[in-house]
Amino acid sequence: MNALVVAGVLIVLLGISYQTGWSKSRGLVTADGVKVHSRPQYHGSFTAIWAMVPALVILLLWAWFGGGITHNYTVSQIPQDILVSLDQAGLNGAIIRINALASGYGVAGEIAPWEQAAGDALRSFNFLTFAGTLILAVVAGGAGLAYARSRITARLRARNSVERVVNVLLLACSAVAILTTVGIVASLVTEAFRFFTFINPLDFFFGTVWAPNNAGGTNYGSYGLLPLLAGTLMITAIAMLVAVPVGLMSAIYLSQYAPKSFRAVAKPLIEILAGIPTIVFGFFALVTVGPFLRDFGNAIGLQISATSALTAGIVMGIMIIPFVSSLSDDIMNQVPRTLRDGAYGLGATQSETIRNVLLPAALPGIVGAFLLAVSRAIGETMIVVLAAGNAPILRGSPFEPVSTITVSIVNQLTGDTDFTGPQSLVGFALGLTLFVVTLCLNIFALYIVRRFREQYE
Amino acid sequence: MDMLAGKVKKTSLNLDSAMNPTDVLERPIRLTARDVTVHYGAKQALHGISIDIPDRAVTAFIGPSGCGKSTFLRCINRMNDTIEGAKVGGTIKLDGEDIYAPALDVVELRARIGMVFQKPNPFPKSIYDNVAYGPRIHGLAKSKSDLDEIVVSSLRKAGLFEEVKDRLQEPGTGLSGGQQQRLCIARAIAVGPEVILMDEPCSALDPIATAVIEELIDELRENYTIVIVTHSMQQAARVSQRTAFFHLGNLIEQGPTEDIFTNPVNKQTQDYIMGRIG
Repeated sequence: MNALVVAGVLIVLLGISYQTGWSKSRGLVTADGVKVHSRPQYHGSFTAIWAMVPALVILLLWAWFGGGITHNYTVSQIPQDILVSLDQAGLNGAIIRINALASGYGVAGEIAPWEQAAGDALRSFNFLTFAGTLILAVVAGGAGLAYARSRITARLRARNSVERVVNVLLLACSAVAILTTVGIVASLVTEAFRFFTFINPLDFFFGTVWAPNNAGGTNYGSYGLLPLLAGTLMITAIAMLVAVPVGLMSAIYLSQYAPKSFRAVAKPLIEILAGIPTIVFGFFALVTVGPFLRDFGNAIGLQISATSALTAGIVMGIMIIPFVSSLSDDIMNQVPRTLRDGAYGLGATQSETIRNVLLPAALPGIVGAFLLAVSRAIGETMIVVLAAGNAPILRGSPFEPVSTITVSIVNQLTGDTDFTGPQSLVGFALGLTLFVVTLCLNIFALYIVRRFREQYE
Repeated sequence: MDMLAGKVKKTSLNLDSAMNPTDVLERPIRLTARDVTVHYGAKQALHGISIDIPDRAVTAFIGPSGCGKSTFLRCINRMNDTIEGAKVGGTIKLDGEDIYAPALDVVELRARIGMVFQKPNPFPKSIYDNVAYGPRIHGLAKSKSDLDEIVVSSLRKAGLFEEVKDRLQEPGTGLSGGQQQRLCIARAIAVGPEVILMDEPCSALDPIATAVIEELIDELRENYTIVIVTHSMQQAARVSQRTAFFHLGNLIEQGPTEDIFTNPVNKQTQDYIMGRIG
């Protein structure tokens, strides 16, 4: 409700300020008959920015510091004799109860009179601070509006100011993505370092046994990365063995051979495959593909577990077919028609043209598509959780259960975690490893694309 | 530069250097087209084109943009086959053999009728591999040295060898526009065609590169039947012995180049040549 009120007030402020600037600007045009620097829309936006920024700053300040002030006020409403009798957990509980009373949600159990009193007090405090903040924001916005309106003259370069603000806004938006990346990497690195204070990095990166002792105590168990890395790479390799040939050939068919009408239907259908949740692929692997492979193995005299690297890899390969085929198809369609004509003009057949001209020209993009698919496969979790068998043992055979980095992260971080011991901190070390592997692949992809990009110009 | 300037001068001698029109008429006819029509979907792009194209001479197709001259050119080596929805009617015969006959092998046809395109389109391969591409797919060379010989002689015929002989392994896309176009001509020659179709081969080139190509076309006509589509009437006048004027999908007038330019029969041709349409 409060959020709605705030949004409503802000929208009204926005509308009024824009309209004010706009109409004053229109007045300039008719009255003076001189050349006005900016169009009325820009004067409107200029005024709106001057009104909105102060109002938003005040609301943001309250959002930032209001929580602490309210907390202190709530604590001050608890009678002194009760306050001293509470420990930290008790105090937190009391504050939660008082908050619930104040917002009228009701609480379990009997309500003590002091709780009721504190709740009532908090309710009026909340109302007052909310109304106060909002009024302050509106006043500040109004002041900004008045200032901006007074500055509007024919000579005011409102367009330039507005463009600058838009510029800053765009910069801020791209900064969100960048800062998030930096923040995540920073937290991965620091937490991974905390993990390495428990476990020797050499034992982690080169250890061949993965057996964390999750029971606690000083016996941490062993955290060898290699079985997980091997499992990850094996499943990824199997997935690529499935996805690359199938995806590439379907892309070639779609872009070069298929009639337009078929392509119009088939391409969206293939892309739908990418939209199926991976957990669905997971139980498809568990229920259908795994047993089928086991029975098939039995029939030809091979021991294949129902849950194995092979099962997970095949299903994951099917999952990433659309990545390979759809991207490669787009890329092949971008190869200039003149190049293909050149080959046809020399008497090349369609398949010769594709092999000798089209694929080499599209190669950088195709490599990019492959690597995107690899990144996707390495980071994939749900299919592996269900279908790979969760056996973190270093093995060379794809017919047996394995485990991957992602699955081990899930295992270590689900349930009760306090991030004080290596049992949970290892998640960050694993995450960092995964991040570095995919980062390297992306850099490699970028390098390939740059290296070959300008081949047809 | 001096050498290039000399070339420009020589090719700009135009009509005087063209061979006597009666010579052309005496040459045997290689290609005959009768009532050729082309539809792109519902739209008719060509209305009944009939023309004879003589052996070892340059025939130019002129006309304003969208008049169908390139479309007709692309019928001659069946490049329109690669465009979805294009339908060709009528007959085109190469040495009396219908090129649209069901039994005819398109791949073989395109090896006999080479093509050079509007925009230079070397493959993203080395200069050597560009020229060797055709001979390789058609199995024309029995050994590596055979192939080397074909590549070198094709580059020579295209007047490019001296400029690139030290960098045959460098990418063809690294050459200048005019060199790329000559590379494409060399690539077409390497297959050993009898007819070479050129679709506005100089429209993406500067005047000096254009002059070099025109000079080359003039040399090539001694061994090849050449059909060239061009925007530029001056170019048609400079390089061709016969000219055909297209307008709105119709072949308006055809004849010896000199007659078309000095004494056009049709009013539309006259208007185009005088710069009143187009």
